[in-house]
Amino acid sequence: MTSIAKPPVRHPALEPNALGLTRRDYEGAMSTLCAGCGHDSVTAALVQTCHELDVEPHRVAKLSGIGCSSKTTAYFLKEAHGFNSVHGRMPAVATGVSAANRELAIVGVSGDGDSLSIGLGQLCHAIRRNVRMLYVLENNGVYGLTKGQFSASADVGSKAKKGEANRQKPIDPVLLALTLGATFVARSFSGDKTQLVPILKAGLRHQGFAFIDVISPCVTFNDHEGSTKSYASTRERHRELAPVDFIPLRREIQASYDPGGAMTVPMHDGSLVRFRKLAEDYDPTDRDAAYAHVKRHQEQGEVVTGLLYLEDDADDMHALNQTVAAPLYDLPYEQLCPGSAALTELMREFE
Amino acid sequence: MRGARVARLFPESPSSNGRHDDGGRVNDFAFKVGTVNGTGSASANSLLLQSIFRMGIPVCGKNVFPSNIQGLPTWYEIRVSRDGWTARTPDFDLIVAMNPATHERDIAEVRSGGWLLHDSSWPLDAALLRDDVTFIGIPLGRMCVEAFSGGRERTLMKNIAYAGALAALLDIDLEVVKESIRAEFAKKPKLIDSNFRALHLGYDYAREHFACPLPIRLERMDATRGHVLLDGNTAAALGCLYAGATVGAWYPITPATSLMDAFGRFCARYRVDAETGERRYCIVQAEDELAAAGVVIGAGWAGARAFTPTAGPGISLMGEFIGLAYYTEIPAVFFDVQRTGPSTGMPTRTQQGDLLSVAYASHGDTKHVALFPSDPGECFRFAVEAFDLAERFQTPVFVVSDLDIGMNDWMIPALTWDDAYRPDRGEVVTAEQLAAMQRFSRYLDVDGDGVAARSLPGVHPRGAYFTRGSGHDKHAAYTEDADAYREVVDRLALKLATAAKAVPAPEIREREGAEMGIIALGGCHGAVLEAVERLAGEGIALDYMRIRAFPFDAPVEDFLRAHDRVFVVEQNRDGQLRSLLQLETGIAGDRLLSLRDYGGVPLSARAVVEGVMAQLAEVAA
Repeated sequence: MTSIAKPPVRHPALEPNALGLTRRDYEGAMSTLCAGCGHDSVTAALVQTCHELDVEPHRVAKLSGIGCSSKTTAYFLKEAHGFNSVHGRMPAVATGVSAANRELAIVGVSGDGDSLSIGLGQLCHAIRRNVRMLYVLENNGVYGLTKGQFSASADVGSKAKKGEANRQKPIDPVLLALTLGATFVARSFSGDKTQLVPILKAGLRHQGFAFIDVISPCVTFNDHEGSTKSYASTRERHRELAPVDFIPLRREIQASYDPGGAMTVPMHDGSLVRFRKLAEDYDPTDRDAAYAHVKRHQEQGEVVTGLLYLEDDADDMHALNQTVAAPLYDLPYEQLCPGSAALTELMREFE
Repeated sequence: MRGARVARLFPESPSSNGRHDDGGRVNDFAFKVGTVNGTGSASANSLLLQSIFRMGIPVCGKNVFPSNIQGLPTWYEIRVSRDGWTARTPDFDLIVAMNPATHERDIAEVRSGGWLLHDSSWPLDAALLRDDVTFIGIPLGRMCVEAFSGGRERTLMKNIAYAGALAALLDIDLEVVKESIRAEFAKKPKLIDSNFRALHLGYDYAREHFACPLPIRLERMDATRGHVLLDGNTAAALGCLYAGATVGAWYPITPATSLMDAFGRFCARYRVDAETGERRYCIVQAEDELAAAGVVIGAGWAGARAFTPTAGPGISLMGEFIGLAYYTEIPAVFFDVQRTGPSTGMPTRTQQGDLLSVAYASHGDTKHVALFPSDPGECFRFAVEAFDLAERFQTPVFVVSDLDIGMNDWMIPALTWDDAYRPDRGEVVTAEQLAAMQRFSRYLDVDGDGVAARSLPGVHPRGAYFTRGSGHDKHAAYTEDADAYREVVDRLALKLATAAKAVPAPEIREREGAEMGIIALGGCHGAVLEAVERLAGEGIALDYMRIRAFPFDAPVEDFLRAHDRVFVVEQNRDGQLRSLLQLETGIAGDRLLSLRDYGGVPLSARAVVEGVMAQLAEVAA
């Protein structure tokens, strides 16, 4: 059941944000996912993200398809409009929502089954259109609701709970997104909130399609020995490419960092994505390098996490379409209907 | 008998007129042009249609074209009807046979006593000649090769040359034709000159060599004033524009494509800020029909008037989303411009094969509002109505036309608009109303009509709810409880029953002394109307009901119950309208006599008359 309300208990010490809302105000219904599900950690990260960015909950549209991951949208932002659409087709619905009301912040949550099999085409085309939205792919390599089939992201050799090993090559959503020209590509781990939250923040503020693949282990069907998307395996294999921080626009003047030790990427609205460099140089604005980097580590059995690529000045769907600044759903009818005189004049062309 | 056949050939001498066994008919005949697609004949044919229309004579044109870009046979049929009948007729008085590949068929199809115009640059196969047909040979190809240079121009101008010959033979006002050419090429004056030359090649040759006009000929009338020649897809696109639709999503498919093409053109003209270039609309060419439906539903959910034009295969793909919109109660407008099925069928031929699949689209218990325009004028009005109904009842609404209505030019009264119109947005709660509420429940029917108020995202925190295609109760909360589930789906049934009273009522024409009835919808209307008139002349009086929408309301059932025998005319193999009437009204099947025509070409009055006669003969026997 995805709509069991949480008891309205409020911890007195909860800190309000600029809107006077506490983190509790950003929660949703009680999760009905399995205890320990990675998706619940993603939910918590989304709650923290929206709270810390002072997002007005009702200005968010949260959308999903079908599956365990798609239940996530019920568990955060109870004052946001939510939409469980049909399996794999959330990107099209989100595209329509964006077309109608460009002022909404759109958060899409999907899974590896939803995004890489039944909805693969829709994901690709939302990337092509650069629909302005945060797209979180909760990736566990398995179909949970239908009890344990491999998904298209299962690695070769990864073992299912019953012991059989996957032999088909996986689709890597990050490499796919990079290839298709996505303007924001990241990968993270549900168990690493320190990394995930700044990435979600940057993604939510991105003026285009922000794609985040989150390895989010399935504790019931894919958290055993031999699975490459188990907690143990992910913790062991994941390599953070560089710590990322997101500094919202309004806090810019308060930020103090050593420019020599970091690379900062300014976002469209003036906020900053800041990479603190560690062992290696990593340029998050070089698509080819990002691809090569992910691929190289993959060959070594490692999962690279972090903000892999960012292009902040690309045109989003509305810029490509030259849509008016006001949301289309709210345009006065007078601005839409040419009126009787125009029709009479037009009819002359058909006489 | 070869000699006799040759004797029937029109002599190429002005002094010896051909014989005519026809007394002559003015403004009441049909002709068609057989050509090859991709040769540019479409513009010559529409020039002919337009010129006759501009002479004030009622006329209709039907394009019978292949699903191919170049090289296959295509025909254009023109019916001139002083009485204003708009249906196709298969009785051709004259055929212009420009395609040697179809000579055999074209010659066979001319009515006895009719004429066949052919390109005499090449000899006609003598074995195909008929005694009862007059052959008019004009060396169109040869003349164009001499008069023009370049292969493409010679091919194109051959079309204008046969148009010129027809102008002479049928007495089409040459000045009207020229005026149309001038208007067409206003921006390319060089082409005006070559078109005029080509026109005169045919015209002058016909005048010099044959007695012009033929006994089938035109005379100016004043019966087209206030009318236009318009296709249904263009009209529907105008309806979307005037209804205030702002989001259109689609995947190209014949015969629906031109609807979105036209919407884009009109938006570019009327909805773009001249200074900034900003657009007050968004058209998404989706990756497939599934996505197109998803975009429309997302936009509808967020409060925009959104639509998608498609055809049968698209409706099939959209099925899952249609069910979602029905159950989650999201307004969405679907245009189904039907083509022949099943499967890919004949994509460029017409049919009414989607009636059942539209009425009950998707899995589970679903039922949808569908409107059936019968001409482009109704495509315009029903498009506007569809958006109002979709928002008022928060449900998918289908405008079901077909290839004949959608892609052919119809003579209809010029479209008009009432500036007092304002969109019916249905029950949408405002921020102020939400602020004053204790609790907003998305699926709560307050006034007992089955319609619940909806809230739009972004408007007010209290308006937030979770939209789900899974089981939900009246508060929009997930449920698997039998009673809570039933409460919602029973309300949906009530909502559709309310909608049945709001959709366009059937149009009923009663006839003195009629005991039997006849029912049709959509593009069959013109043919049935004409057939009913002709049957009355034969002493068979029929009351006629044209169904304009689904679900059916009381008048439809009343009509069925008032007649012991009712003919149901439709263009599909299985009698889908008849099935729908039986299913929805429970009327006994033996009272419904099915007349089906499903070869892919527009219905003719002759088919209806013959069908009725045959059934009556069977009943009598």
